[in-house]
Amino acid sequence: MLSAVWVIPALPLAGVVLLLLFGRKLGEPWAGVLATVMVAGSFAASVVTYIGLVGKDEAHRRFLFHLFDWLPVGNFKVDVGFLVDPLSVTMVLFVTGVGALIHLYSIGYMHGDKGYPRFFLYLNLFAFSMLMLVLGDNLLLTFLGWEGVGACSYFLISFWFEEMPNAVAGKKAFVTNRVGDWGYMLATFLTFTALGSITYFAKDGSGFLQHTDKLTLTTATAIALLLFVGACGKSAQLPLYVWLPDAMAGPTPVSALIHAATMVTSGVYLMVRVSPLLVHTYTWMPHVIAWVGAITALFAATVAVSQRDIKKVLAYSTVSQLGYMFLAVGSGAYVAAIFHMITHAFFKALLFLGAGSVIHGVHEEQDMRFMGALRKFMPITAGTFIVGWLAIAGVPPFAGFWSKDEILLAAWGQNKALWAIGLVTALLTAYYMSRQVFMVFFGEPRWAKEHAAGEVAETEHAHDEHAEPHESPWTMWVPLVVLALLAMVGGAINLPVKDNLRYLAHWLDPVVHGAEIESAAATGTKVALAATATIAGLVGIALAIGVYIQKRLRAVEPDLLLHAYHYDEGISALVGGPGEMGAQLTADVVDKQGIDGLVNGAGWLARFVGSKVRVVQTGFVRNYALGIAGGAVLALGWFLVRAGW
Amino acid sequence: MNVSPSLYLSLSAIMFCIGAVGLLIRRNPLVMFMCVELMLNAVNLTFVTFSRMLNDIGGQVVVFFVLVVAAAEVTVGLGIIVSILRRHPGTTADDLTLLKG
Repeated sequence: MLSAVWVIPALPLAGVVLLLLFGRKLGEPWAGVLATVMVAGSFAASVVTYIGLVGKDEAHRRFLFHLFDWLPVGNFKVDVGFLVDPLSVTMVLFVTGVGALIHLYSIGYMHGDKGYPRFFLYLNLFAFSMLMLVLGDNLLLTFLGWEGVGACSYFLISFWFEEMPNAVAGKKAFVTNRVGDWGYMLATFLTFTALGSITYFAKDGSGFLQHTDKLTLTTATAIALLLFVGACGKSAQLPLYVWLPDAMAGPTPVSALIHAATMVTSGVYLMVRVSPLLVHTYTWMPHVIAWVGAITALFAATVAVSQRDIKKVLAYSTVSQLGYMFLAVGSGAYVAAIFHMITHAFFKALLFLGAGSVIHGVHEEQDMRFMGALRKFMPITAGTFIVGWLAIAGVPPFAGFWSKDEILLAAWGQNKALWAIGLVTALLTAYYMSRQVFMVFFGEPRWAKEHAAGEVAETEHAHDEHAEPHESPWTMWVPLVVLALLAMVGGAINLPVKDNLRYLAHWLDPVVHGAEIESAAATGTKVALAATATIAGLVGIALAIGVYIQKRLRAVEPDLLLHAYHYDEGISALVGGPGEMGAQLTADVVDKQGIDGLVNGAGWLARFVGSKVRVVQTGFVRNYALGIAGGAVLALGWFLVRAGW
Repeated sequence: MNVSPSLYLSLSAIMFCIGAVGLLIRRNPLVMFMCVELMLNAVNLTFVTFSRMLNDIGGQVVVFFVLVVAAAEVTVGLGIIVSILRRHPGTTADDLTLLKG
């Protein structure tokens, strides 16, 4: 059964080819149906693979599938092969599962768009790339997927490229990701130089993750650090997070699929994949990861408090939750990182799709100040959104509670300060998500005012049936309901109550064995920590109720946070000021004088020598003959002298 | 009759020197050309002599190559010289300085 693993990426690839050839002919809705069926089929194949892997005993749950030799160059050998182990199968399952739901949702969401087949072409291409990323058995194949998802992200952010801001946002995402890719590439080169292999695991034991003990501490740390740079770019961590909030310019299903559930988690996946390497680094290396994660989590959570755009709130929330995952990785809690990745995929995809449904319902309005009281008009969207809100706020027994609790527990074991940052972030998360829910679904209906304002026929327009918010079609709310159910019970895959209920931990054990740091805290401490986190979440919600429902407290939404601490402006100033000056200096001095000088100098030297030597060429044949004769005599003389005569 | 190889070698040296000096002092292109042929054949003679002396067929093989190359060279060279002389009758090698640097 495991040999059928190639079907998983092959189906979306087939979808890409079919849509490329016949997309226009298929049109709406068949292009979308085709794409959805492909990804759903891929999900079915993933389930089959999963069952096949479960059927094996725990020690043998690593299956290497060799497709073909790709680059055999001397000692350097890269094959196209798939690594099937609990980690990659987990990733594949939720990528294809959530992906299929979002494809289905897009059929309704993209209704009437003139780029309809093109959209699904990109979505399928994305699914293919993402599956190559997680299934690839070497760094280069993963990089292929890595770049593939980056390219698809670029295509989809600037999907509506007629609008300038969308095109600019796509470019920003692409360029920022290149900075991270630089780290990834250097790490690949360094791995090959140091160990002669970039395959994770090989049948003959030559994979680089099987030889991490042969690396020196410094080399291992350098590789890990460079890979982490790559992960920071892809997973939107400080200082490279800037592209993700802008990526919301794309259609909302894209934000849900690529910029919340799957692609942005590939950095976390990469760090978990190379966990055998992280064990052999300097002891400060995990701390770097944990601190970057924690600071990003707090930073983004504070920014989310002031955002007005419904999708921007979710975007900063995603950055913040990704920070949580890196906090878990840095604390040695790889299982918790993957656990949170899965639950986050459920509830964040749900929230984004819910936001898309809201935007759809209120006629492309994204500013939350012009929403309100929508629960009466969109009951299903509101209900499912509230489930997502409770899940991300960490209210038990929703999925987010369990995974966030695991991370906070691990952070407690690593460093109390990290735990405190995590706790504050949890409170802020609950606060800004409650703010969003209250602004969108509760309170006064402000959209009517917005529509009435400035219109000539005020009363008529306000009562116009078309202007009223409406519930979305079934293709849109079915995925919402499914995801809401998953966000409710998703925590069940890893319940810390009893050891045999920690299913995910046992499942992933062969992958992270030796790297995973089990929490040493006593049961009492664990319960106390969980209670503290829950209380923090409830306090956040209570604060939001006080501010946005009862209006007893004044809303704190400073402009500083709305502009994300002016981080973007800071980068612009840095790159535009000293950065541009440096580039100009390089162009004027180093290039024009240094490099041009060398090139022109070489030409000048040749001309100078030529002008001196040209007199030798008289044009008289007999002169040349004399030269030859003289030379022959000299050569002869030389040989005679050499011979000792 | 057994002639000493040194006689052959001396003859070829004399031929070579005549050719070399002729090439340097004469101006008529046709004569210079004949001088070159003289030098080539002097060398051929040396090759054959040494081939006999050392009992090595290699030297005679080289002679064949030289003959072939010389034949080719004569074809091209004579063609050029004849066409030049046709255009500028009575010209000498020193008048042809088009390739002066």
